[in-house]
Amino acid sequence: MIIHTPTTEAQACAVVKSVVDSAVPLTLRGGGTRAGLGRPAQAASTLSSAGLTGITLYEPAEMVIAARAGTPLALVQETLAERGQMLPFEPMDHRALYGSEGEPTIGAVAACNISGPRRINAGAARDSLIGVRLVNGRGEMIKSGGRVMKNVTGLDLVKLLSGSYGTLGFLTEVTFRVLPRPERIATLQWRGLSDEVGVALLAKALGSPFEPMAAAHLPARIAGEEALTLLRLENFSDSIDYRAAELALLLGDYGTPDLLEGTTPAELWIDIRDASFFAGSDDAVWRLSLAPTNGPQAAAAIVRMIPAARCFYDWGGGLVWLAVPAYGDAGAALIRAALKPLGGHATLVRAPDAIRAGVDVFQPLAEPLMRVTAGIKQSFDPAGIFEPGRIYAGI
Amino acid sequence: MSAIAFPVPDAGILARRESIIAGLARLVPPQALITSDDERRPYETDALTAYRRMPLAVVLPSTTQEVAAVLRYCRDEGVPVVPRGSGTSLAGGAIPQEDAVVIGVSKMNRILEIDYANRVARVEAGVTNLAVTGAVSAEGFFYAPDPSSQLACSIGGNIGMNSGGAHCLKYGVTTNNVLGVTMVMLDGSIVEIGGAHLDSPGYDLLGLMNGSEGQLGIVTEATVRILRAAEGARPVLFGFPTSEQAGSAVAAIIGAGIIPVAMEFMDKPAIEICEAFAKAGYPMDVEALLIIEVEGSDDEMDAQLARIVAIAREHGVKTVKESKSAMEAAAIWKGRKSAFGATGRIADYICMDGTIPTGQLPYVLRRMDEIVKGYGLRVANVFHAGDGNLHPLILYNCNDPVEAQKAEDAGMDILKLCVEVGGCLTGEHGVGIEKRDLMNFQFNPEDLAQQMRVRAVFDERWLLNPAKVFPLEGRVAA
Repeated sequence: MIIHTPTTEAQACAVVKSVVDSAVPLTLRGGGTRAGLGRPAQAASTLSSAGLTGITLYEPAEMVIAARAGTPLALVQETLAERGQMLPFEPMDHRALYGSEGEPTIGAVAACNISGPRRINAGAARDSLIGVRLVNGRGEMIKSGGRVMKNVTGLDLVKLLSGSYGTLGFLTEVTFRVLPRPERIATLQWRGLSDEVGVALLAKALGSPFEPMAAAHLPARIAGEEALTLLRLENFSDSIDYRAAELALLLGDYGTPDLLEGTTPAELWIDIRDASFFAGSDDAVWRLSLAPTNGPQAAAAIVRMIPAARCFYDWGGGLVWLAVPAYGDAGAALIRAALKPLGGHATLVRAPDAIRAGVDVFQPLAEPLMRVTAGIKQSFDPAGIFEPGRIYAGI
Repeated sequence: MSAIAFPVPDAGILARRESIIAGLARLVPPQALITSDDERRPYETDALTAYRRMPLAVVLPSTTQEVAAVLRYCRDEGVPVVPRGSGTSLAGGAIPQEDAVVIGVSKMNRILEIDYANRVARVEAGVTNLAVTGAVSAEGFFYAPDPSSQLACSIGGNIGMNSGGAHCLKYGVTTNNVLGVTMVMLDGSIVEIGGAHLDSPGYDLLGLMNGSEGQLGIVTEATVRILRAAEGARPVLFGFPTSEQAGSAVAAIIGAGIIPVAMEFMDKPAIEICEAFAKAGYPMDVEALLIIEVEGSDDEMDAQLARIVAIAREHGVKTVKESKSAMEAAAIWKGRKSAFGATGRIADYICMDGTIPTGQLPYVLRRMDEIVKGYGLRVANVFHAGDGNLHPLILYNCNDPVEAQKAEDAGMDILKLCVEVGGCLTGEHGVGIEKRDLMNFQFNPEDLAQQMRVRAVFDERWLLNPAKVFPLEGRVAA
């Protein structure tokens, strides 16, 4: 396999132009830690962002950072931390789940719209991504958005690129809005609640004025024998004291919570973010996104059909992480049938290539939207050279 | 003013007007079809009133199915369509053209469902922005984007323009607060994008729709995020001797890790205009005013304000005035939100909407003043200081064509300045017709061609709001 590693945007354009005529498909690669996302790529060569690194702009007072796509995510996060700031959306690290190695890159976070527990309150990566530069499938350099957070000039191609998994273009530089790090983080923890009750607690908390930044429920035997229901507060220290007390009062019917500080809850939230509870097993792993209060019902319906299924809830119940035995279609038909009356969608995040090649990893779209999807792909990448088949067969 | 060109109306369509109207009459009830001169006239412009064109006909459907039938018909007949919410666009996004049918969603104004447990509301596209908050405020919830026109502007229009407002520093703009839409495509197909869940599979078509200015389809329903309001909110006035000091205070507040829900800036001319109108108690002996709003419990607001006041003092603040009552708070916001209307009482004005990196603020304020003075005109500045979204109001007399042209030229110079310092042409009003011919200044031909190819996926014949966003020359189909 050929690996192209351009060190300039001009070189990246030249690489793409050189393969367009021969229509040799390219897989796009950052750190290679998330290669298991989507359907298995069918590409002969690799276009790597490893040669495009470095932070190109950081203005703490404007809450904006820009970096070349191959810049390690860790470097971006460290740079922000030095000035008391952070990416707002707490991107998941897929290395635990996939057992992959390497350094996640900021470009892949943008391209795959990677978020974490804060997504429920602070938005997804796509909500903080304010500018992109990319090479399209014609080998042209394209920009969209910019470095200011309010910008409605022209069609928002930034959003299209975020979550396109490399199928529309090769990102060369991305710009994110950032936020101050909170002065203090604390977690309220209830024990022993059922899924329904735990998610009801989270809904009530998220509908309160006390702004939980993250809200998760871990059923029994996910992180220990007992179920844990978790609300994370991030604020100035005095506000945490006040809000934790108010939430404990508001949610008094659910029992008395513990208030956790320090590293124990931080590690737990990292496990939730990364779905580490399912690391090291051979199970197929699904991610279900739906209206939060429907989470427990969906999970219960699936467990009735697949008794070996295990699950936990993030986003107040609206994100169900599900592990099922990895055979057949990895439960695709049953899981999507269970979601049908409830709304939402299911994504197969981890499964052997053979399974991911045979099922729709992403929920299939209605016919008119699939037509639009094919059209958008064509508009960026007429020769179909970027990650063919990564998100849908034929796209 | 007549500087902005419109496409030459299609004579063939004009000649077929009677038969096109007859065709539309078969699709919608009689009261939904407007054809007389008198009744069409209110639809000939929007809030960019210097430009007006009488549309071929106006259709006001009551259902998504009616929208679908009309769109399909117009597509089959090759008739341009101009979607319209409440017609409050300052960029001319809803101005029709003589050969176009206006499809207005104002009759689709029902709140369909409110789901507090999941913090979403499903509403029809003609519901006004403020009506969404009104429907959920009794339970302590609100809809976050709050453009100044929120009393009148529609959710459908907000999605079309990706509207912002004063409070988006903390809560984001429309695209961050819409979870799903029902949309009618040009061929009449009805699609659901997103819903009560997050992050739909496939390309982010929801994100693409926000800010697409009616060029990709017509949104008829939306699922929006509703948020529980903070326990309290308090706007505070900070008067500064210079704009530079106000600007550096804003940067220092953010640098200290504080994100107020709103930080609004007004310069001296704007202060005078707004105070004369709203009697909000704005300090008159300062050059720049910041309205900073904090949220939370009383103690939390006290604590946050103490931090902000301390920073403001380090940057030479002259006056600090807290609102002592809900009435005072309302008056403070009334002054700011009526800035455009109040300005309209003393002069005609055009309102610009560029965004700049906030670090460029002192330079841009100085340059804007020079630009406008160079044309012999006056400018009043109100803007969202936290995010650098400027709203210079250029004052002129619309009965003087020479002055009107100067005002327009000054506005264009200011927008170019915004782009030159690393910002953009429009932060929240949209491109419309107003900034269409400056798009080449912000984007190179490849950037624009890529956008137009995406547009063509939805409308390869350029029938949907065709006079907008993209320069009339050099348009690209699929």
